[in-house]
Amino acid sequence: MGAQDDFIADAMQYAPQLFSSALRMTRNRADAEDLVQETFLKGWRSFHTFQEGTNLRAWLFRIMTNTYINKYNAKQRRPQETELDEVEELFLYRRMGAVDPSQMNASAEDQMMSLFTDEEVKRALEDLPEQFLLPVLMSDVEGFSYKEIAEMLDTPIGTVMSRLHRGRKLMQKMLYDYAVERGIINEALLEAPTDK
Amino acid sequence: MSNCQETLKELETFLDAELPDARVSEIMSHLTECVDCQGAYEFHAELREIIRFKALEDELPEGFLTRLANCFGDDVLPEE
Repeated sequence: MGAQDDFIADAMQYAPQLFSSALRMTRNRADAEDLVQETFLKGWRSFHTFQEGTNLRAWLFRIMTNTYINKYNAKQRRPQETELDEVEELFLYRRMGAVDPSQMNASAEDQMMSLFTDEEVKRALEDLPEQFLLPVLMSDVEGFSYKEIAEMLDTPIGTVMSRLHRGRKLMQKMLYDYAVERGIINEALLEAPTDK
Repeated sequence: MSNCQETLKELETFLDAELPDARVSEIMSHLTECVDCQGAYEFHAELREIIRFKALEDELPEGFLTRLANCFGDDVLPEE
């Protein structure tokens, strides 16, 4: 087997996770499939530059995020950062008292799990502004380290950390808003915010 | 020693497993002593898990893996 055949065999196992992330980025199944294919082709053609013993998965995700940024990003209409209000710290945690148990079809243990649907979590990710989507997706869903994400996005680690922080808060706010829409939050149950 | 303010400020980096070992043990010892911070920690740890669990998988388009394996087309070296 040649090196490129090795590539196909090794890379194939990551295809489903690449597709999921591609779908969050492009928000469209056809574009997501194209993006994964393009990632594989680029990886295959430049496999001679891959350093044996380094992380193939991180390398593939790096190719994919770069391809996305250069090619698909312009098609997206995500909110700009400036349109967003700053979300307070511990936003969701401070509001958990407003979850109305009578509206939830779940045991106390499963409450967090049924607080948001799969669709809501995916929608919250997909609607994050560009600069937050990629760090949050690569960290919270794909489990890459700050250093790996910084290399993927070609940004300093400090920038990755601050984008993660703001992106996660924003995502909490969106998840909370969806729960309000779905009627499982009773804001009357919420204590007046106190300074702790 | 960690106080609550410092712990909450570093909670996210702690959950990301990106803090130096010395800070990790300070925060862990604070969490065993402080119910409030422990509650915040458990909430965010669980939220992380839930987001990951719920966003990790999507149904693949039919024939996706086959098309992917075949996308190398003429580029692929002939089999030996």
